Amino acid sequence: MISGAEIVIRCLQEEKVDCVFGYPGGSVLHIYDALFKQDQVKHILVRHEQAAVHAADAYSRSSQRVGVALVTSGPGVTNTVTGIATAYMDSIPMVVITGQVPTQYIGQDAFQECDTVGITRPCVKHNFLVKDVKDLALTIKKAFHIAATGRPGPVVVDIPKDITAQMCEFDYPKTIQMRSYNPVVKGHLGQIKKAVQILQEAKRPIIYTGGGVILSDAAGKLTQLARKLNFPVTNTLMGLGGYPATDRQFVGMLGMHGTFEANNAMHYADVILAVGARFDDRVIGNPEHFSGEKRRVIHIDIDPSSISKRVKVDVPIVGNVGDVVDEMLKLLDSGFKTDPEVADWWKQIEEWRGRESLRYKQENHIMPQYVVEKLYEVTKGEAFVTSDVGQHQMFAAQYYKFDKPRRWINSGGLGTMGVGLPYGMGVLMANPDAQVACITGEASIQMCIQEMSTCKQYGLPVKIINLNNGMLGMVRQWQEMFYSKRYSQSYVTSLPDFVKLAESYGHVGIKIEKPEDVEPALRKAFTEHKDDLVFMDFIIDPAANVFPMVAAGKGLTEMILAEDL
Amino acid sequence: MRHIISILIENESGALSRVAGLFSARGYNIESLTVAPTEDPSLSRMTILTSGSDEVLEQITKQLNKLVDVVKVVDLSEAAHVERELMLIKVRATGKDREEMKRMADIFRGRIIDVTESTFVIELTGASAKLDSFIAALDAGLILETVRTGVCGIGRGDRILKV
Ligand SMILES: Cc1cc2nc3c(=O)[nH]c(=O)nc-3n(C[C@H](O)[C@H](O)[C@H](O)COP(=O)(O)OP(=O)(O)OC[C@H]3O[C@@H](n4cnc5c(N)ncnc54)[C@H](O)[C@@H]3O)c2cc1C
Ligand SMILES: Cc1ncc(C[n+]2csc(CCOP(=O)(O)OP(=O)(O)O)c2C)c(N)n1
Ligand SMILES: [Mg+2]
Repeated sequence: MISGAEIVIRCLQEEKVDCVFGYPGGSVLHIYDALFKQDQVKHILVRHEQAAVHAADAYSRSSQRVGVALVTSGPGVTNTVTGIATAYMDSIPMVVITGQVPTQYIGQDAFQECDTVGITRPCVKHNFLVKDVKDLALTIKKAFHIAATGRPGPVVVDIPKDITAQMCEFDYPKTIQMRSYNPVVKGHLGQIKKAVQILQEAKRPIIYTGGGVILSDAAGKLTQLARKLNFPVTNTLMGLGGYPATDRQFVGMLGMHGTFEANNAMHYADVILAVGARFDDRVIGNPEHFSGEKRRVIHIDIDPSSISKRVKVDVPIVGNVGDVVDEMLKLLDSGFKTDPEVADWWKQIEEWRGRESLRYKQENHIMPQYVVEKLYEVTKGEAFVTSDVGQHQMFAAQYYKFDKPRRWINSGGLGTMGVGLPYGMGVLMANPDAQVACITGEASIQMCIQEMSTCKQYGLPVKIINLNNGMLGMVRQWQEMFYSKRYSQSYVTSLPDFVKLAESYGHVGIKIEKPEDVEPALRKAFTEHKDDLVFMDFIIDPAANVFPMVAAGKGLTEMILAEDL
Repeated sequence: MRHIISILIENESGALSRVAGLFSARGYNIESLTVAPTEDPSLSRMTILTSGSDEVLEQITKQLNKLVDVVKVVDLSEAAHVERELMLIKVRATGKDREEMKRMADIFRGRIIDVTESTFVIELTGASAKLDSFIAALDAGLILETVRTGVCGIGRGDRILKV
């Protein structure tokens, strides 16, 4: 017999978890004690529980494994909520283990008690309160199973302290059956055949792919399919890397800040093949405008509720991207012919591409786009790039060309400022030898800046690219364009000296103010300071805006382009 | 449109709040909700009376199915079914009203299940509309208290909701 705390650790070992991100406290002391007595599961002590969850989330995003966070009851739990909601919105598999007050105190407003299951319920895929030590191992098994299968998502396991002290036999189930939970994997063959038929008839097709391709590790298969069809491909913000960005067939990201060619191609397509993408409001613009065109939509998604939620779908295919695309490839092998009119469609797309909607001018001030392009060159497109939320995030998405999946790590659905640095930590724990750049802004970085201390403790050499415009740039852009330049609360005053701040945490800081210094600083950071965390404070043009832009309420083709101004 | 959704759900603590939370978070209507364990005590059966367009109903059933504890969901109103609701209604019954109340209860096939000098409690079962008309048929001033269970329903014939 072993204690509940030891059971928790044994379960993690059985799940091959090599590290957990966490922060101790009263209700998890038994678990921390069990952690101390072994060395298979490493623990990363963060400086704020929010960062533990973000790091575990990025661990998942950048690998095919499930990230794990461990926190104490009460404030430990409430601090995790932003992180859990962030992972939930982007369908990231994750297990969060939370301490709870002893069973007999639950409901008595005990010290550091909170209703964890209640607080997290709306932002988890599922959660559990363990009430009997005999259920503990099975519950943790279920948590990993639920988190990683179907449409993935975070799962919380809340464990009262007394349960971690009780003794029990340890028996970890190898497999699990749940009558209430059986996600569909294989797509319906009849539907897939119908889809292939429609693809054959398409004259103005587009393949629109999203986070589902990344989550299902199907980028390779999708690329094969797209090549075979010779259709244009666009990615959502979450789908970047699902198709090589440097390929001719790639027309860029679509949506609010998508390219001119991607948005036009999406809007005027007669057939949309949507793959693991959920027609987000930032993607289709004004839904009425979008539905104004006649087209047929094929939608592959593992979650039936993503289908026909916002856009009516003609051929729904519920299933895992990898499995469905496999079937499609098989059907295509037996003689597929593209409609000859697709060649005209390509001509039209090239004409749109000719507008060069991402062009910008690098003059006296450092332009943020330029920094991202230089980062791409210096890292040869091989880096893992995390980002925070704001203009810098969009510049990163537009100008770093991701050829591989799981390299672009950002918060799309919730849009959580502060994720960038902890995301860098999570990526490095899952990919210890990787080059990791965190593209951030002076406002976002300050939301989890304390994690520089964690990076020092564990030697995590994140390269922080601070695109410092001294403003809440994304907010300022909206105020400039839609609120007659009334810049209400979008300035960041009293900024710290980031170089000194980085140095005080024991890292390297560099301030870059001239365009000619951008590339040398990046090179220095990735060579000479390869093993150091380097905080690069780029003082950029404060007036730089993100274009193209589809304003709120406007249609996808009603973009504001840089050239219009 | 009015819909009756039947759900088989794991009889776990918190299962009800997951369903109720889903409806409030996504802005769906709940007109009534009833829940109790089935003949298999590990399962509860829930009946929700809701309304919405076809698109909303499609999302409601998809979102319910997505809840990990939910085993099965059917929209009963899509095919032949029977539905019943139980009401207990306490009325003032004095003087000549006593006879009148008894007569009304008989007409609606209600039963008087509690009697005092001045009150009756009438039990009435039926489709919700019948309960509504019973209330409407009484003198409003004589109604002291009503309690209704909300709709529960079951498919006709071979339409069976079971694991
Ligand atoms: C400042 C800001 C600006 C933004 N601007 C844009 C923009 O211009 N363009 C843009 O695209 N986004 C933008 N976003 C992001 C946007 O809010 C959404 O997060 C994003 O568009 C959603 O991407 P997705 O459709 O790929 O869905 P995801 O959230 O990645 O969802 C994945 C889908 O795939 C399905 N799925 C999961 N696993 C599988 C599987 N194994 N098999 C099949 N299906 C699966 C899921 O059920 C889900 O439907 C912006 C965000 C911010 C913060
Ligand atoms: C936690 C949180 N609070 C507020 C916002 C709203 N918001 C979106 S972008 C932004 C400004 C970000 O500023 P900065 O990090 O400097 O990036 P920039 O846009 O200047 O590149 C704000 C406040 C958010 N996304 N997240
Ligand atoms: Mg800024």
